[in-house]
Amino acid sequence: MPKVTIDGQTIEVAEGTTILNAARQIGGELVPPAMCYYSTLKGSGGKCRTCLVRVTKGSEKDPRPMPKLVASCQTPVMDGMEVASKSDPSVVEARASVTEFLLINHPLDCPICDQAGECHLQDLAFEHGKAKTRYEFERRTFEKIDIGPYIKLHMTRCIMCFRCVFTAQQLCPERVHGIIHRGDHAEISTFIEKSIDSEFSGNVIDVCPVGALTDRTFRFKSRVWFLNPMDAHRECPTCSGKAVVWMYGGEIYRVTARKDKYGDVHDFICNTCRFEKKGKGDWTVEGPRDIDRHSVISQNHYEHGEKTVR
Amino acid sequence: MARKLLLEHAQVPGINTYEVYRKHGGYRSVEKALKTMSPDDVVEEVKKSGLRGRGGAGFPTGMKWSFLAKPEGVPRYLVCNADESEPGTFKDRYLMEKIPHLLVEGMITSSYALGANTSYIYIRGEYSWILFILEKAIAEAYANGWLGKNIQGSGYDLDLYVNIGGGAYICGEETALIESLEGKRGNPRIKPPFPAVKGLWQCPTVVNNVETISAVVPIVNDGGEEYAKIGIGKSTGTKLISASGNINKPGVYEIEMNISVEEFIYSDEWCGGIKNGKKLKACVPGGSSVPILPHFLVCKTANGDTRMMTYESLADGGFATGSMLGSGGFIVYDEDQCIVRNTWNFSRFYAHESCGQCSPCREGTGWMEKVLHRLEHGGGKMSDIDLLVDVAKKIEGNTICPLGDAAAWPVSAAIRHFREEFEWHVNEPRAAMERNYGLVTEKTFAPAS
Repeated sequence: MPKVTIDGQTIEVAEGTTILNAARQIGGELVPPAMCYYSTLKGSGGKCRTCLVRVTKGSEKDPRPMPKLVASCQTPVMDGMEVASKSDPSVVEARASVTEFLLINHPLDCPICDQAGECHLQDLAFEHGKAKTRYEFERRTFEKIDIGPYIKLHMTRCIMCFRCVFTAQQLCPERVHGIIHRGDHAEISTFIEKSIDSEFSGNVIDVCPVGALTDRTFRFKSRVWFLNPMDAHRECPTCSGKAVVWMYGGEIYRVTARKDKYGDVHDFICNTCRFEKKGKGDWTVEGPRDIDRHSVISQNHYEHGEKTVR
Repeated sequence: MARKLLLEHAQVPGINTYEVYRKHGGYRSVEKALKTMSPDDVVEEVKKSGLRGRGGAGFPTGMKWSFLAKPEGVPRYLVCNADESEPGTFKDRYLMEKIPHLLVEGMITSSYALGANTSYIYIRGEYSWILFILEKAIAEAYANGWLGKNIQGSGYDLDLYVNIGGGAYICGEETALIESLEGKRGNPRIKPPFPAVKGLWQCPTVVNNVETISAVVPIVNDGGEEYAKIGIGKSTGTKLISASGNINKPGVYEIEMNISVEEFIYSDEWCGGIKNGKKLKACVPGGSSVPILPHFLVCKTANGDTRMMTYESLADGGFATGSMLGSGGFIVYDEDQCIVRNTWNFSRFYAHESCGQCSPCREGTGWMEKVLHRLEHGGGKMSDIDLLVDVAKKIEGNTICPLGDAAAWPVSAAIRHFREEFEWHVNEPRAAMERNYGLVTEKTFAPAS
């Protein structure tokens, strides 16, 4: 099994593991941020370039360093590889510049965005962004689009991570989700705004790292930090039925799938569970869910779990 | 008179037909390869020739071919990259228009060398009429037994198809080309795996430029060593140069890679000097992606050597004082041309052609285009110049495919060498607009924002 050293910490991982996943196995500060890689979606990753790292030693056999920064989510580890993540200033600078690129066309109106508080871009900007933008032109905007009765698409906020496209490809039997145009005018589209008629379409909301795809049954009902996430399950004929219900008082405001520490869903849930079962009698509540509330909005509000202030 | 290997018969009437082409020694390389050489012999011959990829990167072709994985029972493919979309480059178009059979012949010989039984020519959508020229040539080759089953009784089978693209620059990147050929959206793939291992339909694939594949024909005919005698050092053989800009005789020229840049620009055999007797201002020697050279670095390198039309000499001095031979799109600018306007035009092209997959290129190219537009149209600020350098630096090397680099290099090089002109655009916006766009009065002057 190959041994890899990331920021001075060595770990032995299975053959074919990527640098990012090896870093996640070590955990802590050295884990590169990832906006487009999604562990449970095949083919995702490599696009956002936030997870860039420097390979200072290629492998035991070929110790040459790699000439450019590499996307850690795509580069498999080699035995004896040495990687610099947060310890290398050029890596930190590259991440900061990718953050800047992602933010030049992204609206900076977090207070009115439904994703605020659980937005990965917000976290990324908090860690790597600057207080002032150098972009002085009009930002790219789009009209909001309803994809069926449950999902709202707001392309203005999209960072083109392609996760929802992979979700549609891999979970929904009839693929009606893709990309039109190219360059900075590329758009996520459900080909001529056709609604997604799939029992699993709602999962595009969970995989979206930003507020581009949101839950129409929950939009602007509350803010995530007011709600109490509870692990819950129900007998569902379509999916695993394991979900998180977000409650306020005795009321269920929304249902999402269970996300791991890095925001990745392993058991995708169906639309019935997500959008239609919001009565308390529908769910067996197991207990509070521990969520890594690392977002800027939850700073100093939540004591449990990992230390919140970075 | 310089030796010509590819365009020798380009002016012969009717060379685009099979009979005339055959009469002028056509398909000799296929005969020779199939009858007297093993596939590995052909690869060896190409290695000896020192032929380097003519699409821009200049990677040794023989080495690229020897990297091709050869697992049992898996088909291999040769794909010809005829998606020539680099601004300033039009050599492949000329070659395919004039002597389509040369490409077909090169495809057969190269496919034989690589053991491919199906090969593709991927041609850009804008060359729609060349599609018919090539298809006619292929049909003639089929009819005369140079393609199909059991070619000339050798037992080697080959099918050759022409595929037309949809008109995207990015489909000239080899993995995007493969995606497009498979019928998908032409987004570059993340490497590794390289096409030599997993390419078209997840099978080992070699992607080569039109000119590279055509050059295999003289290499097999005359031997690799003979080919390697032409040129200087590692730049062997002849190269097609698409000369354009403010010169007396723009066009496609086949040069031996042993002439100097000065000779190429001023000699009557080639470009014939700058038009209207004006002075040389700058030169882009290898297509829009390569760094621009100011007049004092065109004919001489930074340490005073004569600059030659070779891969090494044009790259002498690195990006600080050198450039690249690239795809051979040779653009010459006279003293009246505006570098800011030219840079804006290039960056507008890249912003339009970015595929939108990865963030630095998608957002960065658009941003540079907007800043350059503002600078060119009288609304620029002094800080914009450093901003451009910084944005270009942040795109470069951080993207999936080389388009990000190609967009960043011309901008940073233009500012490196012509910073005064950018500053002049900031300080004297009206004068700059008047020079570039004619009469601008106090009333009509409206700086862009």
